[in-house]
Amino acid sequence: MKIIFKNIRIIDPELNLDEINSIVINNGIIEKIGEINQEDVTEAQLFEMDGKTISAGFFDMHVHLREPGREDEETVKTGSLAAMDGGFTGIACMPNTDPAIDSAEVVEFILNKGKGQVVDVYPIGAVTKERKGESLSPILELIEAGVVALSDDGVAVKTSKMMRNALEYSKEYNIPIIEHCEDSSLSEGAMNEGATSTMLGLPALPSVSEDIIVNRDLLLAEYTKSKLHIAHISTKNAVELVRNAKKRGVNVTSEVTPHHFSLTEDSLKTYDTNYKMSPPLRSKEDLEAILEGLKDGTIDCIATDHAPHSIEEKEVEFIYAPNGIIGLETSVGLVFSELLHKKVLDLNQIVNKMAINPRKVLNLPIPKFKVGEKANFTIFDTEMIWTVEVSKFKSKSKNSPFNKKLLTGKAIGVINNNKFYYNGKTIF
Amino acid sequence: MALSSKHLLGLYSVPKEDIQLILDTAVTFREVLERPIKRVPTLQGKTIVNLFYENSTRTRVSFELAEKRLSADIVNFSTSTSSTKKGETFKDTIKNIEAMKVDMIVVRHESAGVPQFLTRISNSNIINAGDGLHEHPTQALLDMYSIREKLGKIEGLNVCIVGDIAHSRVALSNIYGLQTMGANVSVCGPATLIPRNIEELGVKVYTNIDNAIKENDVLNVLRIQLERKAGGGLPTLREYHKYFGITKERLEKLNKDVLLLHPGPINRGVELSSEVADGPYQVILQQVTNGVAIRMAVLYLLGTMN
Repeated sequence: MKIIFKNIRIIDPELNLDEINSIVINNGIIEKIGEINQEDVTEAQLFEMDGKTISAGFFDMHVHLREPGREDEETVKTGSLAAMDGGFTGIACMPNTDPAIDSAEVVEFILNKGKGQVVDVYPIGAVTKERKGESLSPILELIEAGVVALSDDGVAVKTSKMMRNALEYSKEYNIPIIEHCEDSSLSEGAMNEGATSTMLGLPALPSVSEDIIVNRDLLLAEYTKSKLHIAHISTKNAVELVRNAKKRGVNVTSEVTPHHFSLTEDSLKTYDTNYKMSPPLRSKEDLEAILEGLKDGTIDCIATDHAPHSIEEKEVEFIYAPNGIIGLETSVGLVFSELLHKKVLDLNQIVNKMAINPRKVLNLPIPKFKVGEKANFTIFDTEMIWTVEVSKFKSKSKNSPFNKKLLTGKAIGVINNNKFYYNGKTIF
Repeated sequence: MALSSKHLLGLYSVPKEDIQLILDTAVTFREVLERPIKRVPTLQGKTIVNLFYENSTRTRVSFELAEKRLSADIVNFSTSTSSTKKGETFKDTIKNIEAMKVDMIVVRHESAGVPQFLTRISNSNIINAGDGLHEHPTQALLDMYSIREKLGKIEGLNVCIVGDIAHSRVALSNIYGLQTMGANVSVCGPATLIPRNIEELGVKVYTNIDNAIKENDVLNVLRIQLERKAGGGLPTLREYHKYFGITKERLEKLNKDVLLLHPGPINRGVELSSEVADGPYQVILQQVTNGVAIRMAVLYLLGTMN
């Protein structure tokens, strides 16, 4: 299949490119970037792209696909479709499945399920067997089978010793340990601790619970000189700790979720369980520190922590509700609404945090706008105004607090693996 | 006169006029309770469900009695384990109960926010009988009633809530209600039992009980959870009694009239010494009687709104 994107704005921070031009893609490979002539148009499908932008395909490095184990909530297939519709060409899925991704068999199972789609699916292996923190998973076997990172996400790696072992053992392979930072002895609670939790009478967990593990792991990463990635950073102190660690040369990167840069604990006042997640929504002060961290590069990546839950599990008494919200189909809209239009980040920074940096962290090839390169791109319209409709989501689960929210900016197409999805339709 | 809301979910943001109306209405019902025949036909034909998801003897009995005194039909639904854990969701339970055509639901639950959740899934009047560590509005109303009965006013008084504020639903309702009625509210206890940032609610914090006694007109003394030593926040109960317990010596040393409230049940020798619990300063049993009158007032005002 040959297609032409005519007059599209191309953003490629890696090549220092920001220009309006036309692109010819033939069989999934860039054939030409430049003026379109009669010959190009022959047997090609032409898309007028005035006002639209194209960049390296967005990549969500923190997704829960629930398969194997909870296929009623999400599957590799439905999660990938949600990612595609949300504007992603790649996702990395967390190992807290049942069974956990702690053996080559489960890695292969997921890779098989994820094959042949526009969205690439990369499994993340468990750091420890069954994510219990007691003994290491067969890490080398997992790497050989194809995991791109290791994490016990959902919980932190239980002990300092186990974390040290994991960092040292994986170091040679340059694979990151992605840490969910939470000191479990301090984290019995349903929301962030502060005046709001007191007013709402909900058991609360303090932000220092996150800070302690962030600090522990930064020190361990520094000591072992190994590679650490802080998942869903949410506190002011954690941002500061990562900033300082980067300054002194620690091999650390970090990510933030769209909900942590767009919402605060104030949202919990209705006791809507779609605002319940881990880490919890924090204070206004934390949110401001996160925006600052995004600006100065302390926070490298934006990742959704897409966590599907069934309605019957989520629509219960607040303290019984599970943590987490889905995010694949609202992420891009929130990024443009909250970060681009509010002038927190420019488009280059956004492409870095949505597409380039996650791949760098995971050692994956970075799509480039060069003739001969594979077309792995996201097309978006930063000015499109749209209303979130969870009922139309491709995700099996609907647990989003952003239903009915008006957003400005949307991904309108993805092209990857010689497949093209555009304006809600599969073109080929 | 009518209340401004069809539910009583808590005292947060409840206007002064509403609290005043409930307290004034309770005076009338308090008189009914002194009559030989303690029953009025006010809520005849109304059906009230007492939905207790958490063990509670006194609050449930108090509500039940208030409902009977108002001639309502009552259904009691008590379970100590959540039906969520038994398979049926809370929402389904409520839908089933509603299908039986009820008018009001009195709810007690270990999760904060359940009364709010109920207003979204039910059409009944919802009365919060205690949700998690959030609110227990009828308790605070009866506390205010007892203060007003004894001291003639609430406005301008200094009221200190003493004890395990962090694990209390009574404290928050008292803070909101008393502040609305013009009292100065403070709390006193060891720092492990005081929620962080409580000052942001406009509450003064004492960590010394003698200072609290000295500077306040009313002490509302909360119960310490014996089994859990207040969530691990106390070394021993003996130490708590020694440094924070209200004793005769403490009160006499300060030679000051102070009104003592306690929501019950009392742990003698922990938050109150026996002498104090039975002494002249306290109104603990009057609070219990007033509790029935307050609940009658709330049920009556909500039940006759529609």
